Amino acid sequence: METAEKKYTFKDFASDQEVRWCPGCDDYVILRSMQKALPEMNVKRENVVFISGIGCSSRFPYYMNTYGMHSIHGRAPGIASGVKLANPDLSVWIITGDGDAMAIGGNHFIHLLRRNINLNIVLFNNEIYGLTKGQFSPTSLVGQKTKSSPYGNTQPPFQPGELALGAQARFFARIGGNNPKDMSKIFIESHKFNGTSLIEILQNCVIFNDGCFKNVTDKEVKEDKQIYLEQGKPMIFGKNRDKGIVLNGLKLEVVTIGENGITQEDLLVHNAKEQDPTLHQMLVRLQNPIATGIIRSFDDITLEERVDALTVEVKANSKFKKTDDLFFSGETYEVE
Amino acid sequence: MITAKTKDQPEVLEAVIIRFVGDSGDGMQLTGTQFSDTSAMFGNDIATFPNYPSEIRAPQGSLYGVSGFQVHIGSVEISTPGDEVDLLVAMNPAGLKTNLHAVKPGNTIIVDTDSFTKKNLEKAQYATNPLEDDSLENYRVIQVSMTSLTKESLKGVEGLDNKSITRSKNMFALGMVYWMYDRSTEHTEEFFNKKFKSKPSIIEANTRVLKAGFNYANTLELIPNSYTISPAKMSPGTYRIIMGNTATAWGFLAAAEKSGLNLFLGSYPITPATDILHELVKHKHFGVKAFQAEDEIAGICSAIGASFAGNLAITTTSGPGLALKGEALGLAMMIELPLVLVNVQRGGPSTGLPTKTEQSDLLQAMYGRNGESPVIVIASSTPADCFDYAYQAAKLAIEHMTPVILLTDGYIANGSAPWKIKSVSEMPEIKNNKVTEIKENWHPYDRNPDTLARNWAIPGTPGLEHRVGGLEKDRVTGNVSYIPDNHEYMTKIRAEKVKRVQNYIPDIKPEFAETGDLLVIGWGGTYGSLHSAVKQINSEGYTKIGFAHFNFINPLPKNTKQLLSKFKKIVVCELNNGQFSKILSGHFNGIEFLQFNKIQGLPFGNTELIEKFKQLVQ
Repeated sequence: METAEKKYTFKDFASDQEVRWCPGCDDYVILRSMQKALPEMNVKRENVVFISGIGCSSRFPYYMNTYGMHSIHGRAPGIASGVKLANPDLSVWIITGDGDAMAIGGNHFIHLLRRNINLNIVLFNNEIYGLTKGQFSPTSLVGQKTKSSPYGNTQPPFQPGELALGAQARFFARIGGNNPKDMSKIFIESHKFNGTSLIEILQNCVIFNDGCFKNVTDKEVKEDKQIYLEQGKPMIFGKNRDKGIVLNGLKLEVVTIGENGITQEDLLVHNAKEQDPTLHQMLVRLQNPIATGIIRSFDDITLEERVDALTVEVKANSKFKKTDDLFFSGETYEVE
Repeated sequence: MITAKTKDQPEVLEAVIIRFVGDSGDGMQLTGTQFSDTSAMFGNDIATFPNYPSEIRAPQGSLYGVSGFQVHIGSVEISTPGDEVDLLVAMNPAGLKTNLHAVKPGNTIIVDTDSFTKKNLEKAQYATNPLEDDSLENYRVIQVSMTSLTKESLKGVEGLDNKSITRSKNMFALGMVYWMYDRSTEHTEEFFNKKFKSKPSIIEANTRVLKAGFNYANTLELIPNSYTISPAKMSPGTYRIIMGNTATAWGFLAAAEKSGLNLFLGSYPITPATDILHELVKHKHFGVKAFQAEDEIAGICSAIGASFAGNLAITTTSGPGLALKGEALGLAMMIELPLVLVNVQRGGPSTGLPTKTEQSDLLQAMYGRNGESPVIVIASSTPADCFDYAYQAAKLAIEHMTPVILLTDGYIANGSAPWKIKSVSEMPEIKNNKVTEIKENWHPYDRNPDTLARNWAIPGTPGLEHRVGGLEKDRVTGNVSYIPDNHEYMTKIRAEKVKRVQNYIPDIKPEFAETGDLLVIGWGGTYGSLHSAVKQINSEGYTKIGFAHFNFINPLPKNTKQLLSKFKKIVVCELNNGQFSKILSGHFNGIEFLQFNKIQGLPFGNTELIEKFKQLVQ
């Protein structure tokens, strides 16, 4: 990918359109974090493309002063794949939500992850349908009361990370919707990563699902109820940095440093680059604390690299340089 | 190679229709292809049609496992694979049973008697052996124990198992038919040499059996003489036999090279369109990117993405797939990007008749999207002109910045015919609407004043960053707009853009008569059947019957109304329940469009057409 000569600021990435999300929505944070992260990525503005589907999140491309397409419900993965395969020099970003990615677009979502095209997916998960005004989504909890589940939701939810790793996601990160600093860092890491990267943003919906990710977003509890994972570092969390995670049999267990003879050396050390996703799956499923940060980042060959290698080989061995060579080849005959 | 004749000089025929039928594993497609290639190289005009079961490996000997290949060759113009068979080669009882209806009494049937065993007769549901009762007494039946003769001729050839010996009996049949129609075995022998380069014993076996069949026919008393079909008068040039789906794929290759754009195909396998995908994936050497997606929707969406990024983008499907692609096609129309959607029509509705032909997706192509959503609709009419219309579809999409639906059908997609090869250098220019640098006051929906095509700003171009989307856009800035007048304006300009394509397509020219008693109208894949029927009826003295065949459906050619006014009666013939006739009635109020519809999964037959036309002019 070509690097930018010009040094941009976040303003270079803001379009002239008025932003129209509800006041207090985390989407504003995500937008600003992206606009701040892009100048750090050293990419030319004209090479950046945002593709979205339908939903609150999918208004995003209109607010970015880059190339963009607000497409149709659930189909951004197909469109973004076409853009990237047609021109691998572009930095392609899919903007999607829990309904867009995992309900109507579920099929495209899993196939995109399995193929490993070098693009980025930003998944705004708010466990609710916002734009259609408050129905349960594929990530809503059982029992959750919504406009379409007045007596409580009866459909068990997807856990996006679990689904993604099951579909062979090579890069998975998760971050709270009100944490712009770490969010920007994750966007930059996602851009650097060669392959499909999925970032799940735990995004509060102030209108229809307020407080849905309290454990991660609430100042009072977030340090005790969340573990921010960092590559190569022991899994420590808590206000007093005295809690940690160990592997006990086939389960992760929360321990307190200094109790029962536990020292920092006993804790698991985070390795996002490990090929085997078993431990990453456990971290993704962890409920208390909730794991955030880059959970998995395994380098693997991309689809474009496979296609390119094949194309080079076929071109080198082919006798066809122009279509005429093909048309006039083989079984032809003359009429005089 | 053998060509020597020992019997009388062959009798000269104008045209002949031969059908090879047998079990799925009997190699009938290969046998038919070899016969048609040899005839084409001899100089005949040809048309072929394969007919195979949808079961991949149907039980041996069963009625539904019969595979067939029909070839029509002539010294005259041949425009269809034909309906009444002159020679039926049946390799088993099931093949005979399922194809006998196509043979006119008095015509010839060759059977492999070795396959008429008790077991095979039962599988074909024959109570008695048709070779022994009198049920075939109206036909000239040539009984040959092909399996035994094949085995006999292979005695002494090393390295062959029993299976490969039995499997080469189709070459015995081919050898016989070569002799009967005065053809040389040369081309097929060369084919063996190339195809089985590394397996000399297979070359030896096939060549021997082929020659054995040829010589057997030569000496057999039952075949009194042979026939010959002189070369047809065809315009000089280099030819090849091409299948409709291959021609479609090649039309896109040519358009990509001519336009200087990379070709991108986003597709999902569906009968009978998949061969276009099969063909295009081969051509990585031309930089073709063919993406097999997870479903029909992802197929078209990846193509829309590639088009946004500046490629010549194609998606291919058949009826049910068009239904699934409808919403995305509407998006491509709304954001005004070039895109070609090929619909190789099959019998519908729903899953319908996947391996049979029909023209019943016309209204879906025209109107099958939400909102006011006009797209260009064009149709190919023969296997060979699939090349021209694929090229034309790409040209119109790129030059007018709009999706184009190209309709073909199972009949012409799987059929093959001679194609006078076109070099890319003789194809018309394709100009695109790309903008490469920023101008003052630039907007993504700035339009070409003649075509109304918007400009095409490709990601990667500095200064032209912009957003498109499915929401209605302001006529100038391209920003989201809910303003009532703007929506009406944009709706009308999108319609006008498609209508103005009329200025860039040829007028419709009737064949056989400019004015008269009856105008026969057709569109798409029925060209061959309609053309030969109108030609024949005119040659019988009905001189005032004209024929107009439409390849451009939306928009229609400019002079359509003028043409319609010159005939007393108009009949629209189509393989559906009257869809094109509805479209014409909508356009031309007050003109009566009679209908001749057939919805049997089959092409029109010559006899039924002529009967209908005669009835209309009497």
